[in-house]
Amino acid sequence: MSGSAPNGRRPVSGADVCVVGAGPAGALVADRLAAEHEVVVLDAGPRFDPADRLERQERAIRPAYDRPDVWDGDDERDAHSASGDRFYPLNHARVKGIGGSTLHWQGMVMRLHEDDFASGSERGVGPDWPIDYGEVRPYYAAAERELGVAGSDDNPYAPPREEPYPMPAFAPSYSDGLFADACEALEIDMHSVPNARNSERYDGRSACVGYGTCQPVCPAGAKYDATVHIERAESKGATVIDRAPVQRLEHGVDRVRAAVYATPDGTEYRQTAEAFVVACGGVETPRLLLLSDSEHYPDGLANESGLVGRYFMDHLFAGTGGVLEEPTRQNHVGFLTSESHQFYDDADGEIGPFKLEFFNYGGPSPVETALSADTWGEDLLDRLRQDYGTHVGMGALVEQLPREDSYVGLDPDRTDDHGNPVPDVHWTVGDRALRTIERANEVQEAILSELGAEITWQVGPDDTGPAYHHMGTTRMGTDPEESVVDPRLRTHDLGNCWLVTSGAFPTGGAVNPTLTIAALALRAAKDVRTSL
Amino acid sequence: MELTRRDAAAALAAVGAGGAVAFGVDRLRGDGSDGPDASGQDPPAEARLRETFVAAAEVLYPSEVSGIGGFVEGFLEGRLGRRDHADGIRAAVGALDDRAVSWYGERFAALAVEDRDRLLREIGADTAEEDPEGTTAERVRYYVVNELLLALYASPTGGELVGLENPQGHPGGTESYRRGPK
Ligand SMILES: Cc1cc2nc3c(=O)[nH]c(=O)nc-3n(C[C@H](O)[C@H](O)[C@H](O)COP(=O)(O)OP(=O)(O)OC[C@H]3O[C@@H](n4cnc5c(N)ncnc54)[C@H](O)[C@@H]3O)c2cc1C
Ligand code: SF4
Repeated sequence: MSGSAPNGRRPVSGADVCVVGAGPAGALVADRLAAEHEVVVLDAGPRFDPADRLERQERAIRPAYDRPDVWDGDDERDAHSASGDRFYPLNHARVKGIGGSTLHWQGMVMRLHEDDFASGSERGVGPDWPIDYGEVRPYYAAAERELGVAGSDDNPYAPPREEPYPMPAFAPSYSDGLFADACEALEIDMHSVPNARNSERYDGRSACVGYGTCQPVCPAGAKYDATVHIERAESKGATVIDRAPVQRLEHGVDRVRAAVYATPDGTEYRQTAEAFVVACGGVETPRLLLLSDSEHYPDGLANESGLVGRYFMDHLFAGTGGVLEEPTRQNHVGFLTSESHQFYDDADGEIGPFKLEFFNYGGPSPVETALSADTWGEDLLDRLRQDYGTHVGMGALVEQLPREDSYVGLDPDRTDDHGNPVPDVHWTVGDRALRTIERANEVQEAILSELGAEITWQVGPDDTGPAYHHMGTTRMGTDPEESVVDPRLRTHDLGNCWLVTSGAFPTGGAVNPTLTIAALALRAAKDVRTSL
Repeated sequence: MELTRRDAAAALAAVGAGGAVAFGVDRLRGDGSDGPDASGQDPPAEARLRETFVAAAEVLYPSEVSGIGGFVEGFLEGRLGRRDHADGIRAAVGALDDRAVSWYGERFAALAVEDRDRLLREIGADTAEEDPEGTTAERVRYYVVNELLLALYASPTGGELVGLENPQGHPGGTESYRRGPK
C-alpha cells in the first residue's frame, strides 16, 4: 500500500467533507462520517508500511538516528523557527503522516479533572472552558472505547466515570512496589495509569508483547495509533490521500470553498467540499489559517478575533531520579503503570495542577549503552552491569497558563519546501508553572529519599522542557471576540469550517491531552453531521 | 551462557529482517551446518562474510557467552535479506579486510584474537559514532561492531547477562516487568 495513492492523488468530486490531517483528531472525524457521507482525508506526510515497523524500531535503538528519523522526518518539509526565550523542538514533538503524532506517542490517556474545565472559577487564574466535564463525559467514554484503553477505577482523584474501562489495567511493575512502600509512609496514594495500549487483544489488534520501544514505535500494533481509524474510515468508503500538504484554504466571506493541496509531482489540486475539518494539530492548524489570509481576512482565515495562534501552551516536564542499593528491574516495557494525582486538585493561583509519574524505564537501556560505548568484550559487559539495574526515576506533568506572549506565528524569513513561511513557535512560560515544577521536584525528592535513593539527576525549572502537547492556539469560547471556535469546534467566522485540535483548549490542565482531543473530535463530528 | 540459533531468531525478530527471518532460520534448521545452501552454492564471498562476523564477535562478545558461531551466522543470514543493509555490510567487511591485509598481512578472520581487537581499535571503531554513510571507522562501527552488539544485547540471552531478560527490542511479554530479582 505504501506509496500508492487513489486516482493519482486527484481530488474527489462531490465530496461532502474534507478532513485535513490524518492524526487521531482527523481520523476519528473521518471514521464517524464515512459511512453516510463522501469523505476525503488529506495528509501532508506519507502512508507508512506496517511491515517497516521493525526497521523503525531499530532506528529508535541505534544512535545513528535521531528521533525525527524514526518516522522519516524531513528537514525541508518540516522546517520551523523558535523565536521565544525557550527553544521549541517542534520536530521531536510531532509526526507527519497517516496516523499523525500517535505513531510516536507514549499512549497515556486520562480525562481532565473537573476543575480543569473551570480554572478561572475554581483556581482563580485563566479562563473557564465554555463546557464542563459533564458535557464531555459521554464523549470521553466513547473515546476510550475507540482508542481501546486499559485502565482501572482505582484513582480516587480522577473525575467520576459511568462505566468500566474497555480493558483491565496493566498490573503494577516491580519498581511500583518499591515506590508503594515509600509512598505509603508519606501518605501519598498511587494508582494505575490508563493506557491506550492493549492489555489483552482488542479490536482485532494484538495484546502488548513487551517490545519496550512504545515511544517512538510499537511494532506489535498494541499501542493505539490513528491508522486504526484511517483504515476503518477507508473501509467505509473514505478516500485518503497521503503526501498532500494543504497549502491554503480558499474561501469566501463565510464559507471555505476548497483546500488547495500539493502533490509529490508538483501538481496542485483543489479539493472542494461542503464541510472542512482542519485537524493538523495545535501548530500546523493555526499556521494553515495564517497562510490562508485574504482581502477579507487580512490577518488570517477565521481570525476576526486576532487570536489565531495565540495562547500556545504545552505541559512542562519535571523529573527526579537516582539509584538504590538493590535491583529495580527497569526497561522491560516502555510504558508506565503507576501515577499519583494526589496533588493535582490542590492547584490555585500560585501553584498549578501536576501529576506524578513512576517510571518503569529509569536509567539506561543496556542495548543503547552498548551501541555508544567506547569498548567491548568483558569491559563492556562490566560497564553494562554497573550502569544497569538499580535506577529509579519519577516524572511529572505540570500545567502552564495561557499567555498572549506565547504563540504560534509565521516566520516571514524562512520557507518550507513549498515556499510557505514556516511556523514560529514562540514559547513563553510563566512563573506559576516554574513554581509548580519546583513543588513537583520537592515531592519527588521526598519520595526518593524515603525510598533510600541517592539522587543523581533532576529536571527542574531551569532545564525543564515540553511534553509535546500543543494547546491553546485556536481557543474555544462562546464570544467571537475572545475565541476562535465555538464549543463544538466550529469557527465563529466560517459556517462550514471546524478546527479539531487541542488548539481549542482554553487551559491545559496537567494530563496528556489526546483523550480530550478524541472526545472533542467525536463531539465535533456530530455537529458536522448535523450541518450536512 | 550459551547462545543458540533460537537467540539468533529472537535477535532478528527484534531488529527486523523482513521475510528473511523465516527463510534464514528454516534454512539453518534444514542443514544446521556451514555447508552449501539449498541452491547448492556457497559463494566464497558469503562464507568470508560469515567468518569475518564470527571472528569479530569473538572479540566483541564477553567470554561468558558460548555458541557464537551458530548465533552469528543465523543472525547474519537474516540481515543479509535486507538488500541495502547487506550491501553496507559487504562494503564494511571489505574495508576491514583491506586494512587487515595492509597492516597485518592477513585478512581479519585469519588474525589472532588480540590482533583483531587491536585492528578494530586502530581503525577507530571503538570511539567512532556509528554512521552508515560515514568514514571507514564509522561504517565498521555501524555495520560490524554495532550490528553484533545489537544482536547480542537485544536478545534475551544477551539481556540476561546484564540482568534484563526482556531487553528493549525483544518482545518478551508483559510478565517480566512485574517480577522481582531472582
Ligand atoms: C513523543 C510524544 C509522546 C506523546 N505522548 C502522549 C501521551 O502519552 N498521551 C497523550 O495524550 N498524548 C501524547 N502525545 C501527543 C499526541 O501525540 C497528540 O496530542 C496527538 O497526536 C494530536 O492529535 P492530532 O490529530 O491533533 O494531531 P497529529 O497527531 O499531530 O496529526 C496531525 C496530522 O496533520 C497533518 N498535517 C499537518 N499540516 C498539514 C497540512 N497543511 N496539510 C495536510 N496535513 C497536514 C500531519 O501530517 C499529521 O499527520 C505525544 C506526542 C509525542 C510527540
Ligand atoms: S511494550 Fe510498547 S512497543 Fe512493546 S508491544 Fe507493548 S505497547 Fe508495543
